[in-house]
Amino acid sequence: MEENWTTVLKPGNKWYELNLRELAAYKDLIFLFVKRNYTTRYKQTILGPLWLIINPLFTTFMYAVVFGGIAQIPTEGVPALAFYFGGNILWSYFATCINQTSGTFVNNAGILGKVYFPRLVMPISTVLTGLLDFLIQFVLFLVICGIYMISGVTIRMNGSILLLPALVLQVAVLGMGIGIIVSSVTTKYRDLSVLVTFGVQLWMYASPIVYPLSQIPEKYQFLYLLNPIAPAIVIFRYAFLGIGEIPFLSWGISWGVTGVIFLLGAVLFNRVEKTFMDTV
Amino acid sequence: MRATVIEIENLRKKYRLGAIGSGSFAADLQSWWARKQGKEDPNTVLTAVDMEKGPKEFWALNGLDLKVYQGDTLGIIGRNGAGKSTLLKILSRVTAPTEGCVKLNGRISSMLEVGTGFHGELTGRENIYLNGAILGMKKREVDEKIADIITFSECAKFIDTPVKRYSSGMYVKLAFAVAAHLDSEILVMDEVLAVGDMRFQEKCLNKMGSVADKEGRTVLYVSHNMNTIQQLCNRCIVLDQGKIIFDGGVEEAVKIYMGNQKESSSLVDLRNMERPEEFQGLSAKLLSLEALDYANGCFTDCEKVRFRLRYEGYRDAKDLSLRIVMNYADGSPVSMMTSPQELRLRADKEEEIIFSLNLAEVVSGKYTLSLVLYEVNRYGTRYNCDGIKDAFCFEIKRKEDAAYGMEWSHRYWGHVALPQIEILSRS
Repeated sequence: MEENWTTVLKPGNKWYELNLRELAAYKDLIFLFVKRNYTTRYKQTILGPLWLIINPLFTTFMYAVVFGGIAQIPTEGVPALAFYFGGNILWSYFATCINQTSGTFVNNAGILGKVYFPRLVMPISTVLTGLLDFLIQFVLFLVICGIYMISGVTIRMNGSILLLPALVLQVAVLGMGIGIIVSSVTTKYRDLSVLVTFGVQLWMYASPIVYPLSQIPEKYQFLYLLNPIAPAIVIFRYAFLGIGEIPFLSWGISWGVTGVIFLLGAVLFNRVEKTFMDTV
Repeated sequence: MRATVIEIENLRKKYRLGAIGSGSFAADLQSWWARKQGKEDPNTVLTAVDMEKGPKEFWALNGLDLKVYQGDTLGIIGRNGAGKSTLLKILSRVTAPTEGCVKLNGRISSMLEVGTGFHGELTGRENIYLNGAILGMKKREVDEKIADIITFSECAKFIDTPVKRYSSGMYVKLAFAVAAHLDSEILVMDEVLAVGDMRFQEKCLNKMGSVADKEGRTVLYVSHNMNTIQQLCNRCIVLDQGKIIFDGGVEEAVKIYMGNQKESSSLVDLRNMERPEEFQGLSAKLLSLEALDYANGCFTDCEKVRFRLRYEGYRDAKDLSLRIVMNYADGSPVSMMTSPQELRLRADKEEEIIFSLNLAEVVSGKYTLSLVLYEVNRYGTRYNCDGIKDAFCFEIKRKEDAAYGMEWSHRYWGHVALPQIEILSRS
């Protein structure tokens, strides 16, 4: 007699067995993890969520002083504050995605070793938490731009701002893709987690955060834009500050890279999640 | 016939002993390169220590077949390392089997450790939602049950306080309350009931019992506590070395589990027995224990049970004592005995003592003795020199009938028979 089993546990995962339906059943858990991350982060702090704004503001001031003031890197006629702030918030969202999701298995071994839920819930909720942070900071960015516009500085915001959701999505997917690759590999090789924090810092200087794309010699620009995160930042600056232009070809390539990295991450994650408790 | 909810076929789980992998990418590259070149892998060369420890692989589960039907409360017993926890881990999907497969019908939820996922900064109420979601409940389901959960947890007064302010008892009660209200068809538990006060423990047991009886759910319960197994379960399996050696009634399973403990031979070599950490010292080592009035793993005359103990010292010391803890075969303690402080140690010399125990009051059954040699310094502090848990297993067969016609119930009456009641006067 054949019975209809609801679950069958077998050794190993097929690489394509991404159980999305199960993930959807746990959407309440994703939501609760995001809520938990929020409510617990600023417990017993004086300024609370204000840190979300203070952080990028201070970084922006630092960039403005060091790169704009001391190193005299031009910002293409856009006020330095708006220029650095815009790049900074998008980059910090990306960096958060990588850094936070890369510790998924190792940091949560305690809970993951006790109870089952789709492991992807954890990185997804981290990325969503970061998204909320980003949106709050983004509102502040709009406020800054607005203040400049009112005070008569020309900021050529244009119709491409409608591309914003695509940009944010790309940043999130790319960041999470890299993060879950790292988290899968760190279950065995811990050295990678050290490399990641360090690598993300270096990566920032390889991306147009503290300087505009125009600083790169024309003939190397295409090569430079192979950095999958660079086109997103260039387009973001174009849409909201009106500098540079949209590198359509590079953007297409970077989406391709993003997709490949994310798929690779999902496959690796899927392979590791079943038995990581034995190696972590 | 009741529906099958769990079907396990030839389940095997392999663990590697010692360090898993080399731990660093560089070393793995090195191994890979060596393999490519056809040389010996520098990272798998066994050291002398490894050789002594034997094979590097270990099958925690070794070909397990099991069918569990709806409404079963299945107890799982076995000695440490028999594979109980590994089985539960696979069932609760924390880790995957190496071979074989498990088929489940219905949702499974595990309580391998209560309070998993509790966050200290969140209030009791928030934690109920979070923990519920972790265990697989939807928000709507928790909404429906939250009143019941709070009542059951007995924490209503503190429900909006962060749980980091809770006493450990309250913490556990809250956690158990959430888990006990899960709607899953299969519940997996690993000795969660060893917590909370007596009254709460009983409440939990009743709840678990009713979950199975009234709601027709299936419960799998692992414990070393034969009492709770006997109270809670209606079927029991005994695991040994990754295999099921018995499947059936609870009473019989408990007997087999106890019988599984082989009686020692009359001379026991203590040299290579494993020492628990708290008994390890540097000044002496127990060598052997020989029972002098022993026949076929059994003592019959218990007034004077003589043993010869040999041990060696690594330094000079006086005023040592011997402590012996006696346990019943199910692990429950019987009593403790000490010797006067008359033993001595000499550096690199063997000592031999003969001592006797008076076990006249102990009823028939299987027991173990744990030995600890300890030193009392002039400040009155005790140091363990060496000790071994369950060093000697034996059976006591009393000639006279301790319960005067009834069969002695170890579960309710303990293991010591005090003298018969003396009637002093009658009307």
